Amino acid sequence: MVAFGQFLEVLISGLLAGVLYSLVALGFVLIFKASGVFNFAQGAMVLLAGLALVRALDLMVAKGMPFWGAVIVGLVFAAAVMSLTAYLVERFVLGPLVNQDGLTLFMATIGVTFIIEGGAQMLFGAEVYPLPLFPTDAWFLFEKTFEGGILVSKIDVWGGMIAAVLVVGLALFFQRTKTGRALRAVADDHAAAQSVGISLDWIWFIVWLVAGLVALVAATVWGTKLGVQFSITFLALKALPVLIIGGFTSVPGAIVGGLIVGAGEKIAEAYLGPSIGGGIEYWFAYVLALAVLLARPQGLFGERIIERI
Amino acid sequence: MLYRETGQFKTSYAADMAIFPIRQDRIALYVLLAIAFIGIPVLDALQVWPFAGEYLLRAILIPFLILSLAAVGLNILTGYCGQLSLGSGAFMAVGAYSAYKFGTGVHLPLGLFDIAIPALPVLPSILLGGVMAAAVGILFGVPSLRIKGLYLAVATLAAQFFFDWVFIRVQWFTNYTSSGSVTAPELNFFGLIVNKPVERYLLCLIFVTVVALLAKNLVRGNIGRQWMAIRDMDIAAELMGIRPLYAKLTAFAISSFIMGIAGALWAFVYLGSWEPLAFNIDRSFQILFMVIIGGLGSILGSFLGAAFILVLPIMLDQVPHALGIPISVETVSLLVFVVTGALICWLLIVEPHGFARLWLTGKEKLRLWPYPY
Repeated sequence: MVAFGQFLEVLISGLLAGVLYSLVALGFVLIFKASGVFNFAQGAMVLLAGLALVRALDLMVAKGMPFWGAVIVGLVFAAAVMSLTAYLVERFVLGPLVNQDGLTLFMATIGVTFIIEGGAQMLFGAEVYPLPLFPTDAWFLFEKTFEGGILVSKIDVWGGMIAAVLVVGLALFFQRTKTGRALRAVADDHAAAQSVGISLDWIWFIVWLVAGLVALVAATVWGTKLGVQFSITFLALKALPVLIIGGFTSVPGAIVGGLIVGAGEKIAEAYLGPSIGGGIEYWFAYVLALAVLLARPQGLFGERIIERI
Repeated sequence: MLYRETGQFKTSYAADMAIFPIRQDRIALYVLLAIAFIGIPVLDALQVWPFAGEYLLRAILIPFLILSLAAVGLNILTGYCGQLSLGSGAFMAVGAYSAYKFGTGVHLPLGLFDIAIPALPVLPSILLGGVMAAAVGILFGVPSLRIKGLYLAVATLAAQFFFDWVFIRVQWFTNYTSSGSVTAPELNFFGLIVNKPVERYLLCLIFVTVVALLAKNLVRGNIGRQWMAIRDMDIAAELMGIRPLYAKLTAFAISSFIMGIAGALWAFVYLGSWEPLAFNIDRSFQILFMVIIGGLGSILGSFLGAAFILVLPIMLDQVPHALGIPISVETVSLLVFVVTGALICWLLIVEPHGFARLWLTGKEKLRLWPYPY
């Protein structure tokens, strides 16, 4: 039973870590669906949101505010920073680039990534800032069934719950609100949406804002887990295979893709890692994504790609 | 007035199909080559400003040449064949480490039979490094037959991360050095030992000239046209009788070959001793930037883009010093990030087709000047 217990432990920690990948991947999917822009800056936005949050929080705590009040101030401040970013990106980068092809827009978001990474660290500092938002210790479950029990870290569970709330919230926003319907209309067809009076500028601002807020949520969880630091931006790269597996245009795909990647790489690391030298977490997700691509080029949940001449 | 092709009649097919059909272009190219091959070494020998010391050669011209080579390689794949790749760093790394292994002797015990190749001279090592990179390029090019665009970009990221890991973890590639960093063998070309910066510069220049000429001719020929047809619309190209398998994989092979050579040069000639980090994802992005900023589908653009992306951070680094503004080193490096990002966005907005398009526009204007028709 020890072996099975160990397997369960690896699986659960992998699935929960996968949820956190999904949080970053969600931001990508939202922007890609609504504007066809492959937003490379999502990782940088997580960093920016995290830095804004943790710096405002530290300042407020230093001024003698109670911790929960400081958290609220920090969240509001970070949200304000993200909406300003969304506005600036839409106004100065994507607005002038309307109707360019996908590659140009992708490159532009890499440019935005540089600006945000440099700017965020210039404004808010470039060190590692701990963010004590959630408990970081662990539970031991099923101690009677398995020897030593199954170790589940609390922060991962928090992350899972937050992701669930976020997905439900986004689903409601997309299905039930007027703006959400407009977003879906734009995703379906830009020109048709414009012709019925939907403002593209406004919609793109909203999309980037929502992606920014998703980044903020991801930053609270990742920041607690790793501390707010520059290496958070590499998460963006981890979210890419998640997207490939789930499909670029599917919100459930981002979640399932995250789970597959998280669980897959933890299991691979635990069972294959020792025999081929360890550290295979580093590339496993990408090779997995490659395998999925060969079988299903549009990802598991993506819309079927139909091409005409 | 000077740049006018009036009176230059083409009297043979060969003249009509020349690389540079306009005489002024040819003259400009010869002048450029003369400056590069004769002028710069002479100036270096005289130690005239800005060649005093070795800074310009060592820190700007040599990396510029090598990265231009890599950019030419990526441009063949992305600019001419339309296959987006984020794995340039990996292909460069494969070239560098293969060249290193061939240069120091390959010994691979496989149980039943051992592969043992004695240490090869530098030139065959570098070329074989390119060949190995081409083989890897073909392997990672196979997915391109099913997927394209940004999906393919992520697939090439798999190559990037996989090889990052391989060269860190598999110690066979680094000859079991404890630090993981390896040192290039002596650059001995048929008894001629390349050591001084100016010699290294000339070595890179020869490689770059030969490869750029080959690349320019390839993209003008049959295979180049096949690549461009695939880029413009792959289904239509297939219906016209172009085999996507052949066209895409040759693009991957040739592009990776060039990038492999660039990687081997980067390691052997520029760095001397290096770690896997020298070829990480940042390198891939740097080369992609060069290609996009320079202009997709233009050999000249690769050089312009390489110059811009390489020189920009150096200039930005110098400006606050020159103006005497006291800024900490850290702030400067962050500022370089911001300004680079902003310039890239700005360039994409004003000229999405890169410097190469600006060059073409300027050329048109010159040909018509002073009458705008």
